Amino acid sequence: MTEAIQLLVGTRKGAWTLKSDAARKSWRVEGPQFLGQIINHFVVDPRDGRTLLMAASTGHLGPTILRSTDGGESWAEARRPPAFPKGGEPPRAVDHSFWLEPGHADEPGVWWVGTSPPGLFRSADGGDTWDSVAGLNEHPMFFSWFPPEAGTPDGAILNQIVVDPRDARHMYLATCSAGVLESLDQGATWRPLNKNVECSFLPDPYPEYGQDSHYLALAPTNPDRLWQQNHCGIYRLDRPGDTWERIGKQMPAEIGDIGFTVVPHPRDAESAYVFPMDGTDVWPRVSPGGRPAVYRTRDAGQSWTRQDRGFPAEQGWFTVKRQAFCGDRGQPFGLYLGTTGGEIWMSDDEGESFRQIAAHLPEIYSVTAAPL
Amino acid sequence: MISVLIPSQLTAYTDGATRVAAAGATVDEVLSDLDRRFPGLRFRVVDEQDRIRKHMRVFVGQEETRAVGRPLADGDELLIFGALSGG
Repeated sequence: MTEAIQLLVGTRKGAWTLKSDAARKSWRVEGPQFLGQIINHFVVDPRDGRTLLMAASTGHLGPTILRSTDGGESWAEARRPPAFPKGGEPPRAVDHSFWLEPGHADEPGVWWVGTSPPGLFRSADGGDTWDSVAGLNEHPMFFSWFPPEAGTPDGAILNQIVVDPRDARHMYLATCSAGVLESLDQGATWRPLNKNVECSFLPDPYPEYGQDSHYLALAPTNPDRLWQQNHCGIYRLDRPGDTWERIGKQMPAEIGDIGFTVVPHPRDAESAYVFPMDGTDVWPRVSPGGRPAVYRTRDAGQSWTRQDRGFPAEQGWFTVKRQAFCGDRGQPFGLYLGTTGGEIWMSDDEGESFRQIAAHLPEIYSVTAAPL
Repeated sequence: MISVLIPSQLTAYTDGATRVAAAGATVDEVLSDLDRRFPGLRFRVVDEQDRIRKHMRVFVGQEETRAVGRPLADGDELLIFGALSGG
């Protein structure tokens, strides 16, 4: 059973929306919206299906959050965008909001945002006003976890926020310089959760913190199963355990297990998908060998199967960034990925084949899928 | 009053106006006056530590300033520009 899908696409130059028919066969491209604005994330609130938020900035102007409460018909700017408290040493200022996360289903109106430089902010009014989360931003370890000189080529990032669907108090963060952090009290306190996660760029290769966690996903049917695409490999953790297992070691050696993101199957906790990139020598961060492919595991990472039907067989140098690979809830499961070359590819058969549904867009930063 | 030149990056806030009048005895007071009338404008020019953002340039007449506390006199002209190259 499938339903019509909308893909919300954030790019380096604005936002676009793709809308499908119920069979997900035909797609219509709408946009641009906010042409020229850098849209790092574009998300719909699953609790009401009508509230849309964009994390926006431009090359010149400071960052903001754009909001719609009518499904995208009209937009307004957040009255008080995320901002650090005035003062502090060193004084911090939000360069851009990176990750938008709707709060727990029991907390309508609550949203979380992660920023660059790293910071965590919360809204209780549907994204209109935002407050700094002191439990992280003023944590005594903050500048150890997030040293000002650390981070990605685009600056240090709080990559991602994950809320346990069973418990609003239980949260995880994926960060670029402290790895995974966990809170059991809705962000009041945090602790690293990085045991056995490699950190090949520090003197201690298995530190308590310091890892670059690109992406974290809970298995929808078993939120105690965590999948992680790290800067240094693909990992799985089954709670209440605290020791990650590098399941990427089972990937083909010539492909490796470096990438930006991992997508869990919506109904099968043993299954997940990754889109590997070249992390050898100077880190080209493109599809290994110029042959794009998704890899799927059906056995919790003990083995991986290549899925490349439909993708270019050669000279395809895709890069898929952190927020640009996602799935829907259809049956069969639909997969979507956006490339730095402005293409969107989808699979309507759980990765058995892919086809291009949009091209010539600006560099794609994020793709999220929701029922239309 | 201060005559303020609004750059193209900010005309979405001013209903397209490229020149507006505002009140204030400092750059910050003028920006705050503009923000009351055009909500959100100030934060896109000045960060939460009161620093003029990296790729925004502010001039009082012919003189550039990076300090929002820079005094203004009645009749001064405040020019705001967005300045960033690249693709």
